[in-house]
Amino acid sequence: MTMPITNLLLIILIATAAAYFLGRTRAQQIAKPLGGVRHLATLPNYYASMVGLWAFIPAILLVVCWSLFDGLIIDSLVKSVLPQEVKSLPSQELGLILNQVSNAALGLTNFETLGEEYRPAVNRLLSLNSISERSMPVLVLVVLALGSLIGFRTVSATHNARYSVERIFNIGLFVCSSIAIFATLGIILSVVFESLRFFEMVPFFDFLFGTHWSPQIAIRADQAGATGSFGVIPLIAGTLLISSIALSIAVPVGLMSAIYLSEYASRRVRGIVKPILEILAGVPTVVYGFFAALTIAPAIRTYGDRARGWGAENGIDWLANLAVSSESALAAGIVMGVMIIPFVSSLSDDVINAVPQSLRDGSYGLGSTQSETIKKVIFPAALPGIVGAVLLAASRAIGETMIVVMAAGLAANLTINPLEAVTTVTVQIVTLLVGDQEFDSAKTLAAFALGLFLFVITLVLNVIALKVVKKYREEYE
Amino acid sequence: MKNMSDQIESGLAERRALHLQKRRSAEARFKWYGRIAVSFGMVCVLFLFTDIISKGAGAFTQTYINMDITFDEQVLGLNRFSTLEEIKAVSFGSFFKKQLRAKYPQATSRKQKSQLYAIFSSDMPLILRNMVIAKPALMGTTSSVSLIADDDTDVYYKHGYGADSNIGRLSQFQKSIVNALASEGRVEKRFNAMFFTSSDSREPELAGIKGALVGSLLTLMVTLLLSFPIAVATAIYLEEFAPSNKFTDFIEVNINNLAAVPSVIFGLLGLAVFINFFGLPRSVPLVGGFVLTLMTLPTIIISSRASIKAVPPSIREAAMGMGASKVQTVLHHVLPLAMPGMLTGTIIGMAQALGETAPLLMIGMVAFIVDVPAGVGDSATVLPVQIFLWSDSPERAFVEKTSAAIMVLLAFLIFMNSAAVWLRKKLERRW
Repeated sequence: MTMPITNLLLIILIATAAAYFLGRTRAQQIAKPLGGVRHLATLPNYYASMVGLWAFIPAILLVVCWSLFDGLIIDSLVKSVLPQEVKSLPSQELGLILNQVSNAALGLTNFETLGEEYRPAVNRLLSLNSISERSMPVLVLVVLALGSLIGFRTVSATHNARYSVERIFNIGLFVCSSIAIFATLGIILSVVFESLRFFEMVPFFDFLFGTHWSPQIAIRADQAGATGSFGVIPLIAGTLLISSIALSIAVPVGLMSAIYLSEYASRRVRGIVKPILEILAGVPTVVYGFFAALTIAPAIRTYGDRARGWGAENGIDWLANLAVSSESALAAGIVMGVMIIPFVSSLSDDVINAVPQSLRDGSYGLGSTQSETIKKVIFPAALPGIVGAVLLAASRAIGETMIVVMAAGLAANLTINPLEAVTTVTVQIVTLLVGDQEFDSAKTLAAFALGLFLFVITLVLNVIALKVVKKYREEYE
Repeated sequence: MKNMSDQIESGLAERRALHLQKRRSAEARFKWYGRIAVSFGMVCVLFLFTDIISKGAGAFTQTYINMDITFDEQVLGLNRFSTLEEIKAVSFGSFFKKQLRAKYPQATSRKQKSQLYAIFSSDMPLILRNMVIAKPALMGTTSSVSLIADDDTDVYYKHGYGADSNIGRLSQFQKSIVNALASEGRVEKRFNAMFFTSSDSREPELAGIKGALVGSLLTLMVTLLLSFPIAVATAIYLEEFAPSNKFTDFIEVNINNLAAVPSVIFGLLGLAVFINFFGLPRSVPLVGGFVLTLMTLPTIIISSRASIKAVPPSIREAAMGMGASKVQTVLHHVLPLAMPGMLTGTIIGMAQALGETAPLLMIGMVAFIVDVPAGVGDSATVLPVQIFLWSDSPERAFVEKTSAAIMVLLAFLIFMNSAAVWLRKKLERRW
């Protein structure tokens, strides 16, 4: 008996509902001779929920664990019947062989290419798979029945089912809130483990201080540049270049509009302008990427060419030699800056509004104008918060992916010229991992090392930003 | 003496006046900086939208060419009683080409002939065959058929026709044919329904967003089903039940952390954990939904906590006073009152998830997929990734398609966000 997992889940849900109603009927039955439900320890619905939970939880746990781990268990069982010399191979090659075995089991390859010695392994895999497929539904049904029965038996007038149900509810809440921890843990473990494997192949300091990035792995061993080079410096330079272009647009514009909106603008103007600016925050990054690649970059190129022509006519040498790449850092940086404007402005808005009114009143009382008050009183008072906002914006800019993937290009140039193409950490992560790849090459693992790098940088920036903001808040509250 | 002090006095007054003027103009300048900053932001919004709308509006129409096609029984070797197998065995490609050559004998060279065929979509033979399959009675008749124009013809007719510009890649020969057809009134622009009913294709004139839309929908469904209950449970736990200890702090730190992690890292997580470790398939909405769940959790948790916090303690105290347990208080009173705020946060989180691209690229939802996915376990792509893929295509017609897909995506996002705003205004209670 085999069935797809969705049907199984449906069966579990139906069985749970059935158990719920059975539980309620049972509770009402018990209550009747006693003279009504108020003689029960708790309301019938709680008995019903308890029976339902008894049916649901064990069965669903079984399904989840089974579908997560049956592959791993079957693999290890298949490994035990592999030929002796294969078993001692390193884990990567063993994985490849297991892959071939499963291909053979699916009928994609035959034994002539694979080798006759793998026949027991393939047969083992086939039989284990069919056992797994057949036994899971049966086991789930048995667990469902057993669970409901146990739940059903515990329904009695003296047993307060509410306690058990509320307890399970509490545990459920706790488990859900732990998911955030597991997610962080998952991120850290996955990037750290793969990075460690990467640093076995490429020395850590070559990675961190190398000035050359070309992750191609040689096809032949004797090919020039056979190892590929993994120096991260050009990527950092590119990331910083684009981020600083973005910040040099977003910070002044965002800050000034926050100041204008919170100090000068009338209520009505604020009510109209603020939501419009916030639209910028809601536009998906892929849209910005498209905009950067197809509107801004060609425009920059056109104006660059025009400037060059003009420079050549008027004998201005540096203009005449201007070279504008079609995928320039400038285009990506400008658009990224526009994207971050609402981020900077709403964060600075919060800090500016948090400055106590008494400071403003004091300043006005001494005869200073509004702009003097802002520049000499509010701005210094809000400075830590603004610094925090800028740091958060920087971490956004560094981690931003789609705009740079679409508009910044792939060439790892070590340059500070914004008109040249540069590449960034995020672009390289995406290019190294998109498409089919095996999990053992330095090229793939390099993406995880870059991910670790990115994770650490953004984490540090965020922690500093939050510290700064928190410290500032304590001064006034 | 008196004269001198007067002089000093007037000099001082002058300087004071000058100083005051300086301060006033500084004030005015500063105010203008603010105005410039605000208008820069507004201009950016305006420019972004007009740019995309002006680029994409054309994709909602498609050029068709009405032509009389003679379904000749001799040429095709079929008649109105032919069976499905017989029809399928016939090459409609050569039939269609023959028809075109008969209509345009001026195409003599090989090059001109192939240019002639290229005026029409390369899928036309297939469409003709399907017409015959659907209605075998067509055989032996001559009927007017709306032929789908090739993307180059489409671009030319929409943007270059009439003006003597060099838009599009049509040759002079092709242009003369299209011009002649147009002057006969045989070329027309119609609403491009195919854009919404077909999936990705290598041919721009046949490409649509249905597959990507369904993929997005499935992915969002998985995300919603997972992230809403988990986030609400987390918010309830942290606000109502959690003891104030180190572990609770640790959970909070982790949630704030997740909110700050760049989205591309979630892609790495999905690749390493879900695909590599647990062996889930690549490019399926299920895994996409898992990854997006982890991404949207912080957003929903934070807004849910805020709305639980906004429920006044008097409600809780009243419920407890009536003998309700803690769980009953939360489930019967706090949760319903906080629900509008939670839903608002959820919609905003879903809007984020709908626009997310980078992590989905890494788990392989970037493949060229023609079929509409039927379930969460089928290979699929999503709307933002489709936009990314199309924007990479060299054909000019794909620029139009990309912008149109962006317009659809933005329409969804605007709808979702205004629903969130509406919900907040309508249902949220002020205490």
